[in-house]
Amino acid sequence: MKIAIPVNEQSMDSEVCPSFGRTPYFLLYNSVTKESSYLNNEAAASQGGAGIRAAQAIADQGVKSLITPRCGEHAVEVLNKAEGLIYRAVPGTARENIEVHLKNQLSLLEEFHAGFHGHAAK
Amino acid sequence: MPGFTGMRQNSATVAVLSGKGGTGKTLVSVNLAAAAEKAAYVDCDVEEPNGHLFFQPEIRNEEVVSLKIPVIDESRCTGRRACVDFCRFNALAFIKGKPFVFPSVCHSCGGCALVCPSGAIRETGKPVGVVRRGISGGVTVHTGALNPGEASGVPLIRRLLRQSEQEPLPLRIIDCPPGSACAVMESIQDADYCLIVTEPTIYGAHNLAMVHELVTLFQKPYGVVLNKCSDGDNRSEEYCLKHGVPVIGRIAFSPQLGMLASEGKIAARESAEYAGLFRDLLNTVIGEVRNEETSASQR
Repeated sequence: MKIAIPVNEQSMDSEVCPSFGRTPYFLLYNSVTKESSYLNNEAAASQGGAGIRAAQAIADQGVKSLITPRCGEHAVEVLNKAEGLIYRAVPGTARENIEVHLKNQLSLLEEFHAGFHGHAAK
Repeated sequence: MPGFTGMRQNSATVAVLSGKGGTGKTLVSVNLAAAAEKAAYVDCDVEEPNGHLFFQPEIRNEEVVSLKIPVIDESRCTGRRACVDFCRFNALAFIKGKPFVFPSVCHSCGGCALVCPSGAIRETGKPVGVVRRGISGGVTVHTGALNPGEASGVPLIRRLLRQSEQEPLPLRIIDCPPGSACAVMESIQDADYCLIVTEPTIYGAHNLAMVHELVTLFQKPYGVVLNKCSDGDNRSEEYCLKHGVPVIGRIAFSPQLGMLASEGKIAARESAEYAGLFRDLLNTVIGEVRNEETSASQR
């Protein structure tokens, strides 16, 4: 099972990035092999539709679980089509989030925003 | 002569803009058009059009404006993802062998249909709003209304500018949307002159600075009207003095003017005093446009 988390740095001990579509990197974690890798988020520099492109990129990697503090409606649509589930990140590092997730203790993210469209989120 | 291409003889296009809403753009635009007697008034604030409330025009034409949105024939798609890779707005995605479109993100460039190697994409029209043309005395009123929920008024603004360009009238006044973003840039593109309306507040001055930067960037000749002037501090006037911005008119704060506007009346048609004030302002603006034409033709 592949898990993706938006992270500020290429480290398991990085904080989770508050933005999904414009995070600098995604941590990709394989819960079976326990291997981790990092994906440069090319969508971060997009003029618009960053969430769509980021969701496409992680879906292409075969990710089935996304752990993120928040996510836009368009990205949700892409991930739903890819049969991925979106979990709400808890405060802490990527490693801590994976540990909580593997104990099945993360809840599904249920509120999705309509997009910030180039405006920084408050 | 940048900005003057395609301009008709003896005709001037004046864009009225301001950073913030509520400074008096519509007041100035409507009254300048009314004072000119023969003019086109174009309301480019298609999200909240209100110029028509003053003119109460008799509508002569109405047209639905549609955007081109890609439609994908899945049976012809060979999964090369050329459309997804091409779209710089990320309006397309490809999951489980199927491409799909996010219409609200699409900018209708048509690129996806061009690059598709299997010809699986065609474009269809999606209505985004209406434009209307009406008559109020000697003023031809062009107004547009964006459908609720649509992201961008730019397609309607383009249509309004194109249809108002056809009017054989000596003056065209463009009432811009508030702000300094895409919709305003689109609205001032054809302008021979930009008239910035501002108010004395800090917020007014802050937004004046933003549109000042915009008209400078677009290399448009411009001038400022200080609205709602009273005895107190005027931050916008201070800004103009400090940055050498030409002030070409002043409108005093007036309960009478506010009352006329709140009743949907056009001050220049109701009061001799305001008819004079706006005629003077109009003459100043026309003088500025003519000066620009002369100096531009000498360059």
